[in-house]
Amino acid sequence: MHELALSGAIVNTAVKHARGRPVSAIHLRVGVLRQVVPDTLAFYFAFVARGTLCEGATLDQERIGARLGCRGCAATWGIEIPAFRCPHCGGSEVEILTGQEFEVESIEVEEETACIA
Amino acid sequence: MHRVKVTVVEEALDANNTIAAANRADFDRHRVRVINLMGAPGAGKTTLLERVLGRLEGVRVGVLEGDVQGSLDADRLASLHVPVTQLNTDPSFGGECHLDANMVRSAIGALPLSEIDLLVVENVGNLVCPAEFRIGEDVRAMVCSVTEGEDKPLKYPLMFRACDLVIINKVDLLPYVDVDLERLCAHIDQVHPGVEMIVASGSSGEGLDRWRHWLMAAARPPAQVSLR
Ligand SMILES: [Zn+2]
Repeated sequence: MHELALSGAIVNTAVKHARGRPVSAIHLRVGVLRQVVPDTLAFYFAFVARGTLCEGATLDQERIGARLGCRGCAATWGIEIPAFRCPHCGGSEVEILTGQEFEVESIEVEEETACIA
Repeated sequence: MHRVKVTVVEEALDANNTIAAANRADFDRHRVRVINLMGAPGAGKTTLLERVLGRLEGVRVGVLEGDVQGSLDADRLASLHVPVTQLNTDPSFGGECHLDANMVRSAIGALPLSEIDLLVVENVGNLVCPAEFRIGEDVRAMVCSVTEGEDKPLKYPLMFRACDLVIINKVDLLPYVDVDLERLCAHIDQVHPGVEMIVASGSSGEGLDRWRHWLMAAARPPAQVSLR
């Protein structure tokens, strides 16, 4: 259900950067640790985008896998399940290298073909 | 018309984080420390506050009540003679599932900031959305009741990872539920290694003294600025 609130954040970010131009596509980078359900996000996005510059825009979601790194022993590894202890040294000082993104990477906007003299 | 690609590279929640930082600056200016208290509906957040807020020695505490159950929780807490401010979350579609920085911002004027040292924000009962939205807090705590099952941390890692303290509540009910406390703790530690946990019961009183002391410690400014 956080997909609804996240959709609002996406639309606001895209509109800010569109500077009045209609948005036709949004490229989003979503880390798996954000627990976002892609279909749900797409559904709410279409709903929230109505009446904004993002109305009808396609939402392209790039999924980013989770990789962790241990501060203690410098090991890095990927995870499929939520297990955040270092499998090598058992340490708890673990840093998330990727997988936490929720980032608008770029947008595509429609522009009047400029009349360049 | 032609298409133009615009590079953005911006966390979609940056706007919220910016407002959260502004809230934090306002709280800091008034020397108020802020706790964001989260948890599923019915986990026992209000009861745990009710049991200790009247006994925080030397700490003037206030509550910002964001839970959707209306003023019911606020009434329970107000009977402790603690200032309670009710935050009316937007009742429109989806507006009730969490507090965000902007909602808290809108309530700042109504908070008695010069009369309190500690503000406890009781977030909306939800295990997903509140984890995403900072509100300007110093620390975050969550309440997880044993009745929610031992797999809860694995299903909601985002929330368990977002917290500085996990209170495992309603342990008096352990004989009646199919939950192994050790396994629940192991799951929490797996998701958030080393996170502080308090095993508690709002009914029996177990763990409440630790919870009370944790709140009193949270009310103290961090050591490096203790000279102010
Ligand atoms: Zn390690």
